[in-house]
Amino acid sequence: MAECHPVGFQWVMEAKARGARVIHVDPRFTRTSALADTYVPLRAGTDIVFLGAIVSYILENGLDFRDYVVAYTNASHLVSEDFVDTEDLDGLFSGFDPESCTYDPSSWRYAGTAARSRSSGPGGTDGADGAPHEEGSHGPPLGDGDPERDPTLRHPRCVYQVLKRHFARYTPELVEAVCGTPKDVFLEVCRAWTSSSGRDRTTALVYSVGWTQHSVGVQYIRAGSIIQLLLGNMGRPGGGVLALRGHASIQGSTDIPTLFDLLPGYLPMPDAKDHLDLTAYVDSIVGPRQKGFWAGADTYMVSLLKAYWGDAAQPENDFCFDHLPRVTGDHGTYQQVLDMIDGKISGYFLLGQNPAVGSAHGKAQRLGMANLDWVVVRDLFEIESATFWRDGPEIQTGEISASTCRTEVFFLPAASHVEKEGTFTQTQRLLQWREKAVEPEGDCRSELWFSFHLGRRVREKLARSTDDRDRPILDLTWDYPTEGVTAEPRADAVLAEINGFDLSTGAPLSSFLDMRADGTTSGGCWIYTGVYAGGVNQAARRRPGSEQDWVAAEWGWAWPLNRRILYNRASADPEGRPWSDRKAYVWWDQAAGEWTGHDVVDFERTKAPGYRPPPGSRGPLAIAGDDPFVMQADGKGWLFAPSGLVDGPLPAHYEPAESLVANPLYGQDANPARQRFPRSDNPHQPSGAQSGSGVFPYVFTTSRLTEHHTAGGMSRYVGRLADLQPELFIEISPGLASERGLSHLDWAHLVTARSAVEARVLVTDRLRPLRLGERVVHQLCIPYHWGTGGITTGDAANDLVGITLDPNVHIQESKVGTCDLRAGRRPSGQALLTYLEDYRRRAGIDPATGLPTAANEGIGT
Amino acid sequence: MTGRRQRAEQAMVPDAEFTSYYGRPVVKKPVWKWDIAAYFFTGGLMAGSSLLAAGADLTGNRRLRRAGRLSAAASLGASTFFLIHDLGRPGRFANMLRVLKPTSPMSVGSWILAGYGPAAGFAAASEVSGRAARLGRAAGFVAGAMAPPIASYTAVLAADTAVPAWHDAYRQLPFLFVGSAAAASGGLAMVLVPPGDAAPVRRLALFGAAADLAAAASMERSIGLSAEPYREGTAGTLSRWARRLTAAGALGATMSRRSRPVAVASGLALLGGSMCTRFAVFHAGLQSAADPKYTVIPQRRRIDAGRPIQAG
Amino acid sequence: MKAFPDSSVFDPLDPATESGHLDAPPRVGFFTDTSLCIGCKACEVACNEWNEVPGGDRRLLGSSYDNTGALGANAWRHVVFIEQRVTTEGPSEPVEPAFPSLSGTDGGGGGIDFRWLMSSDVCKHCTHAACLDVCPTGSLFRTKFGTVVVQDDICNGCGYCIPACPYGVIDQREGDGRAWKCTLCYDRLEADLEPACAKACPTDSIQFGELDDLRARAAARVEHLHDAGIGQALLYGEDPEDGVGGSAAFFLLLDRPEVYGLPPDPVVTTRDLPAMWRRAGAAAATMAVGTVIAFLGHRR
Ligand SMILES: Nc1nc2c(c(=O)[nH]1)N[C@H]1C(S)=C(S)[C@@H](COP(=O)(O)OP(=O)(O)OC[C@H]3O[C@@H](n4cnc5c(=O)[nH]c(N)nc54)[C@H](O)[C@@H]3O)O[C@H]1N2
Ligand SMILES: Nc1nc2c(c(=O)[nH]1)N[C@H]1C(S)=C(S)[C@@H](COP(=O)(O)OP(=O)(O)OC[C@H]3O[C@@H](n4cnc5c(=O)[nH]c(N)nc54)[C@H](O)[C@@H]3O)O[C@H]1N2
Ligand code: SF4
Ligand code: SF4
Ligand code: SF4
Ligand code: SF4
Ligand code: SF4
Ligand SMILES: [Mo]
Repeated sequence: MAECHPVGFQWVMEAKARGARVIHVDPRFTRTSALADTYVPLRAGTDIVFLGAIVSYILENGLDFRDYVVAYTNASHLVSEDFVDTEDLDGLFSGFDPESCTYDPSSWRYAGTAARSRSSGPGGTDGADGAPHEEGSHGPPLGDGDPERDPTLRHPRCVYQVLKRHFARYTPELVEAVCGTPKDVFLEVCRAWTSSSGRDRTTALVYSVGWTQHSVGVQYIRAGSIIQLLLGNMGRPGGGVLALRGHASIQGSTDIPTLFDLLPGYLPMPDAKDHLDLTAYVDSIVGPRQKGFWAGADTYMVSLLKAYWGDAAQPENDFCFDHLPRVTGDHGTYQQVLDMIDGKISGYFLLGQNPAVGSAHGKAQRLGMANLDWVVVRDLFEIESATFWRDGPEIQTGEISASTCRTEVFFLPAASHVEKEGTFTQTQRLLQWREKAVEPEGDCRSELWFSFHLGRRVREKLARSTDDRDRPILDLTWDYPTEGVTAEPRADAVLAEINGFDLSTGAPLSSFLDMRADGTTSGGCWIYTGVYAGGVNQAARRRPGSEQDWVAAEWGWAWPLNRRILYNRASADPEGRPWSDRKAYVWWDQAAGEWTGHDVVDFERTKAPGYRPPPGSRGPLAIAGDDPFVMQADGKGWLFAPSGLVDGPLPAHYEPAESLVANPLYGQDANPARQRFPRSDNPHQPSGAQSGSGVFPYVFTTSRLTEHHTAGGMSRYVGRLADLQPELFIEISPGLASERGLSHLDWAHLVTARSAVEARVLVTDRLRPLRLGERVVHQLCIPYHWGTGGITTGDAANDLVGITLDPNVHIQESKVGTCDLRAGRRPSGQALLTYLEDYRRRAGIDPATGLPTAANEGIGT
Repeated sequence: MTGRRQRAEQAMVPDAEFTSYYGRPVVKKPVWKWDIAAYFFTGGLMAGSSLLAAGADLTGNRRLRRAGRLSAAASLGASTFFLIHDLGRPGRFANMLRVLKPTSPMSVGSWILAGYGPAAGFAAASEVSGRAARLGRAAGFVAGAMAPPIASYTAVLAADTAVPAWHDAYRQLPFLFVGSAAAASGGLAMVLVPPGDAAPVRRLALFGAAADLAAAASMERSIGLSAEPYREGTAGTLSRWARRLTAAGALGATMSRRSRPVAVASGLALLGGSMCTRFAVFHAGLQSAADPKYTVIPQRRRIDAGRPIQAG
Repeated sequence: MKAFPDSSVFDPLDPATESGHLDAPPRVGFFTDTSLCIGCKACEVACNEWNEVPGGDRRLLGSSYDNTGALGANAWRHVVFIEQRVTTEGPSEPVEPAFPSLSGTDGGGGGIDFRWLMSSDVCKHCTHAACLDVCPTGSLFRTKFGTVVVQDDICNGCGYCIPACPYGVIDQREGDGRAWKCTLCYDRLEADLEPACAKACPTDSIQFGELDDLRARAAARVEHLHDAGIGQALLYGEDPEDGVGGSAAFFLLLDRPEVYGLPPDPVVTTRDLPAMWRRAGAAAATMAVGTVIAFLGHRR
């Protein structure tokens, strides 16, 4: 965090000064470790063992916040008889299909609810299609019926007991053996976490991409959430699971997504097969007995369609639902790039992205882009993704030739964040308005300008078209007011449209609860409704903290409805009383008959704690007065996920796809449902016990430096920053250095099945070998900021990484892999290709490597 | 790395003799180039020469007076060139006379030079032209009177820095410098005037050589670790030659009463000796600044001995 | 031409008033608390940016994450990185026990076997500033804030200030010839703004303010750390009694000064100047006398 969120880290330092204890769990000793009270090393890719052992420590010692757990989580729900755990299937959950490598989740349902069969969709070789992500993105529906419960938590099939059995083998000893974390340090963490949770205390869990960029990334976060739920740290002040986000407003670009399978507000992108009309679409989101606010999905969707197509969107035409594109499978960035290589895609827009350096398997990225008709790059600098065709590494190896590369690259200079106005949304869902500091220079333009005027010109060209396929564009409401010589669209007008209007009066909506499914309201993103309440830009509020209470509700605006903490009903006990004075946040005021407190309550304001839903009710009505998790289909916090995930209802430890060791827990080495792309241009390495794995004897992780930014566009091209870390380097331990005959600042190179990357080595005690039983594991680290362009240049670490993804969200496994480390510089040009060919031969790698077979992953055992 | 780790480890050993940051210097090496060392030499030369000229004038030694005034003027010219040439902004050399700061030896020196220069120059001019003899005489005496400070202030110039080998030697350097100046100017005069006229020259040279060697010896004894650089590397070699040449020159001087060749030879030896002395001091300074141990160890010892420097 | 300009050699209580600023505001400076430094280098960048300090073509130095190397004409802030193995055994063993960083226990040992120290160094703006004392042109001067600043329109690059500084701060700029160093953001102070480096520091490791407040804060902080068991926390440069009369930029260090590349017991060289002049006078006299004797002898 000190490395990558230095400004945010000031608060950690402040908390530390006030007595907080800071624990840093990381394979490497970083700037963060340097300031932490306790640094906890572990082997990259083993956090689920670490977290699972904490869960088991909590359960074995009965340290869970029992009142909270029983009332607010699904601990008491019974799981169906059909469910079989990994403990009994040697690493597989029930419902696995070895052919498609996907799960049928129906056996994970609660006892008493009907199975919902989910069509698995056209997966092709990839394990997951678009759909599962859609479910993961909102409170996924449950089958019909009321879950059976056992509030005593004794029933063998209640979630609590299932959890206990599932994690029973996750012990401190296992942590020492698998993570390499010394037992006493691990127990220190357990004590610290549990002792500062409960009625009077809460603990916040902060994670970032060290947890996400894994083939089991989503389950890492699930494991953390389970602990936070067991300890009662959700929906309470000082608690929560917080993702330290990346790019400014990366949160905003998930709320109003740049993701292929989502529409604004986490509404799923319609699917070509299942969502033939609006009704079918809405039903797929809203279960027959859907509790909570997702039941309003139809109002959110219709308002969105009205925002898109205005008057053209009418009940008769399903509000132009058919104008929406459909997903036919995985259209994620990695699938797309491989499709480019295969010539299935002809054009590519890169608005502030540098995949030639920043995305896994750099070579595939560049070869894909080199096989297009056109690429449009809008960036602050002429980055590698705009110059790959003339100076990419493939020029040297002869795989791309400037003279014959067919791709036409359009480079358009972009206005930076200080040259345009708009909002940033950060990890707490807080929208903060930014003024424009300076006018953009020359031809630099904002994304808003580009999109608006591009759309305008296209519409002009199509104006006389009668072709149906042009209707979606021609019917769009595309009438934003512009200002200035460059005719810059007004960002606040866009924000107002996102907020939505009551179309009968033209007044801005103040709450998504006012949205209607009859076409009388519009709204570009239902969760943002209220940001323009009363026609005022609420995101621009800047009342200093000194002039308001500690919740600071008048600084910016948080979705939904300016709530600073989600599910904050959980900060009060079932009767609506604060769990403790120290942690009082919102509570039920019996006299006034309403909820009150420091924050906007995340609950219907007048719904009494004692409220019980009438039988057969659905939607908000079906949420009992003590069901805090109002977006969940059952109002509960999910320790066990009966639906919504494609790779299991509980986190189980799997080794990374490419690991030094076989999975000590199960015959199943890696996540069986991970998304794979077995093709000769995406070679996988043998893992664990597989023959040939010894060719890549070291673990490597990739990470960041404070001095540089991601793919380097904003740092390698800027002198003052490039100066601070002027060269790429590889960090290795003194032990590994002597093993490979390297000394400080020597040249060396890393080799994987994909590529070889050279740099000088920093021999440092910040990296240390880990002892796993008899075996000593060496981990090394390479920053991924470098590329061929800019003021400081170097090989791109991503050229080492292959394409293997988490099946839920399609994120690449770029935080851990295996490699070889050799002294000296790597071969270049043609010689590099033969060098890698030789490595692949020695490791016996072919496209099938890494695919599930009885031999290498114990399927069916 | 290894080196650094050892230092890092030492850092935790309570009574480590010496720790540094990656072995990097603590004080900055002077940016002065060789021409400052050369100026030390020519400055001494002109000072001594003006003294000889003045003395010769009073004792009616015309040849010696002429030689003295002319060598003074010549070395004045050289000195001025070296001083200006060494500036980062030669065009701004006049700023030296912008203020008079007693705390800045360079400022004080500039003012002394500003007084000495015209006098020495005028004396030489009248010597050559033979005109304005009276004024020339007065100028010669003024120059002679200002000569000793000129010969010694350069020692303060060097000593008034954080450079260990210079600062720690501030007691001896002035004597080393005047000695070196006397020896050099004596040596030059021995080359220029016939032995018959050179008796005072020989005595001044002997006096100078003696002072030079004595000061050097006392430095060696009393400035502790800071004496080391004078023994090592370039500075070491130069010091050794300085001693040899000065001693030889002095010896020669005593035997040069009758023989011109011997006089010339010993004169040259003395000049060389003085030159070596100046460059030795210069390099010792650079060497002591380049290695952090010369800065750290003495200071660490002061602290460990519970005797840190107090202000005032 | 001033007769007796800025000089601080005769230990003044307040350097600003002593050098003629009668209306001098309270003296300001920095308290750099290295126990809060995360080594982000924002201070370096902010300084270079604000003061238009030219960037160097830097190389990988291999001194941990420090590629700046040292303070100089083109580096007025310098963040140092020190990787310390507290135990003295050879190449690192596999972690058992793990190596927690600076934890509650005493840094002299007590369970810690590795730590990573970071600290942002800067010109000390000494009470007795050698650079200023020796500057022959008056280019270096004492501002009314008590800080020490080079006037680049006066500096003639004589280079005297450079070896005079006991901390090796000020240096000559290649190709420019003049001497450069931290101005404590003179222009910003004039405009009532916090210096750029302090402004940019996310963790308040660099604290700017009136010297008296800073000294109080620092004292409290060391006490706090000592109570927390970090025994070796010490203040550096805050003592008005030290060899430079205390500096306006002082530090809280977690190890001995020399570990950070700082002189353990710096002294302003001009402290010995009177003695130096006396010795020079004596030497000059000796030379004069020597000459007289040389000629008198001739008479006989
Ligand atoms: N200065 C700077 N700041 C940035 C960025 C930048 O590039 N530079 N990027 C921004 C962006 S886009 C993002 S997403 C964030 C990312 O912020 P971070 O996630 O903090 O950045 P990383 O350094 O990629 O990864 C963090 C740590 O994860 C560790 N790690 C690797 N594998 C594992 C593992 O299996 N388990 C555990 N527990 N840790 C592991 C790495 O050693 C690394 O120290 O930073 C943002 N802020
Ligand atoms: N091996 C490995 N790979 C990784 C990661 C890792 O940890 N390890 N981290 C991953 C993560 S978390 C991320 S977020 C990605 C980042 O990967 P990318 O997003 O591809 O890389 P960036 O350099 O952040 O690209 C952002 C570009 O946007 C430009 N830009 C900045 N502001 C604007 C603007 O206002 N408009 C426009 N049009 N352009 C602008 C910048 O100049 C820069 O070139 O990398 C991923 N890749
Ligand atoms: S770059 Fe921006 S977001 Fe990241 S730490 Fe700095 S200020 Fe915060
Ligand atoms: S630290 Fe050096 S440069 Fe800064 S004021 Fe003191 S003497 Fe001058
Ligand atoms: S270099 Fe410039 S600032 Fe330094 S002493 Fe000389 S004139 Fe003064
Ligand atoms: S005070 Fe100003 S000049 Fe000095 S280091 Fe900080 S930013 Fe640079
Ligand atoms: S800005 Fe602050 S925290 Fe960052 S390096 Fe400088 S002093 Fe340290
Ligand atoms: Mo990111």
